[in-house]
Amino acid sequence: MELPVISNTAPAAEGGGCSSSGCGTAPDALGHLPDHIRAKVQDHPCYSEEAHHYFARMHVAVAPACNIQCNYCNRKYDCSNESRPGVVSELLTPKQAINKVLAVAAEIPQMTVLGIAGPGDPLANPARTFETFEQLSERAPDIKLCVSTNGLNLPQYVDEIAKHNIDHVTITINCVDPEVGAKIYPWIYWENKRITGVEAARILIEQQQKGLQMLTDRGILVKVNSVLIPGINDEHLKEVSKIVKAKGAFLHNVMPLIAEPEHGTYFGIMEQPEPTPEQLQDLQDACAGDMAMMRHCRQCRADAVGLLGEDRGDEFTMDKIDVMEVDYEAAMVRRKEVHDSIIEQLEAKRGNAKPKPADLGVPADARPVLMAVAGKNGVVAEHFGHAKEFLIYEASPSGVRFLSHRKTELYCGGMDSCGDGDVVDEGATESLLDRNIRVLEGCEVVLCSKIGYEPWGKLEAAGIAPNGEHAMEPIEEAVMAVYKEIAATGKLSPAADSKKVA
Amino acid sequence: MALQITQSCVNCWACVDVCPNDAIYQDTPHFLIDDGKCTECLGDHGVPQCAAICPIEMAIVNELGEFLNPPGSLTGIPIEKLKEFGLWREAA
Repeated sequence: MELPVISNTAPAAEGGGCSSSGCGTAPDALGHLPDHIRAKVQDHPCYSEEAHHYFARMHVAVAPACNIQCNYCNRKYDCSNESRPGVVSELLTPKQAINKVLAVAAEIPQMTVLGIAGPGDPLANPARTFETFEQLSERAPDIKLCVSTNGLNLPQYVDEIAKHNIDHVTITINCVDPEVGAKIYPWIYWENKRITGVEAARILIEQQQKGLQMLTDRGILVKVNSVLIPGINDEHLKEVSKIVKAKGAFLHNVMPLIAEPEHGTYFGIMEQPEPTPEQLQDLQDACAGDMAMMRHCRQCRADAVGLLGEDRGDEFTMDKIDVMEVDYEAAMVRRKEVHDSIIEQLEAKRGNAKPKPADLGVPADARPVLMAVAGKNGVVAEHFGHAKEFLIYEASPSGVRFLSHRKTELYCGGMDSCGDGDVVDEGATESLLDRNIRVLEGCEVVLCSKIGYEPWGKLEAAGIAPNGEHAMEPIEEAVMAVYKEIAATGKLSPAADSKKVA
Repeated sequence: MALQITQSCVNCWACVDVCPNDAIYQDTPHFLIDDGKCTECLGDHGVPQCAAICPIEMAIVNELGEFLNPPGSLTGIPIEKLKEFGLWREAA
């Protein structure tokens, strides 16, 4: 899919969660959707790439029980220092959840979406899940409700989902072949028995597919999440993408497997490799031919609060919420003003969106170049050693498009200068820097506001050209400027021998 | 006869919802089974429901202290790996 460059300076972003400006958020990213669906997702941060800069979401952890086991999950989930699906700090009763949602909605008017996503499976906790939804739809009718599920119990609750006005459902579908599924799911709890092996996967897949069809038949929006597990379902996910699209899912979100031994999961302990950023991107690109792909997912916790990429959960622990006075009637008025103003700005921006430049001044046969950007709020703003994530852009003769974000580990402890002087623990620091450089594999340029001497040398040695010339410039403009500079040297013409810029 | 919940329990509520006798109750540090109510599901189900849904190995034991879900039985992680990561222990 072709994603044209748009200028996307955040109007209402207050220290927003996403550090990119465009995130490939062309309004056209969901352009194939009918108008009534686009209207539904325009303020949903998890579904609309554009919306995630302005609108926030929250999850309430009211659903602890699960009815299946996934090899990437460990049910000992109580950890406050991690950000990944299935992890929460504080389990809530439905009553506590309502109080929390009302408090957050009053405090963060951009919060438009409430999801129940775990830490177990929401539909394996039907009483707690639907009580929460029922009360919220009465007391906070301006909040969109959504639920995510493994799909096993989905067919039996589709009517209940429709009744509570839940119009967004996410199903995690990792396979459509039971033989593949048996390598991902060791067991399910089904009809009062624990079932294992291929039979378990067969039942799960059958229920997921049935539930997906039932939801789309009722006009409920379905997004499909898939976890990319190299060697197990990587090739297979292309087929999954085709099938879920045919059944009416409107968005496919392929996420990388998280498998660290210290998480205690089967895949972690058995040293199942995580996909490299390149593997993930290649698969997303392969699936994109069939289906709208989501690339801005940050794989958040089951109790996350705020814009995607930020978590303000600590501001809303139950002890703090218990002493908050919430006048929701008044909050709703304020919320409406804020939402209207954001939508107005988005619409104005769409109206102003520049048509795709016909001629970028780059030869039409120049090859595309991947660049990594240490960005913040849409500009090249971060010091190389301070970047928590790099935004990966592709520049080509047809423009600049956002591809993905890649997480790093901070190796620079926040000293004023970066480089050889601030290394505290030589061994550990070096390996982190090397690791971060590996994260940038496939990129030919890295744009940042500043960079130290040592990483500069290592980047060049790795064939990645460091560039600090565009500090504080809008990301897309900086990427295009660098692309033009490279093109002008002739290194991008098909005849050029060198594949690398650096 | 009654089953018991051990310190391995992670308080995920799964067993509470499927117990046909309402025998499982919340307590600190973990859920417990009321041995006056537990029937091990005899007459209701072919297998004890708490043990059939419990995601945690070694969390439910019978009167002899035997694990209904022994180490490795749910995750498939080999015993030697469980030992290496400190996730293995003898019957209670």
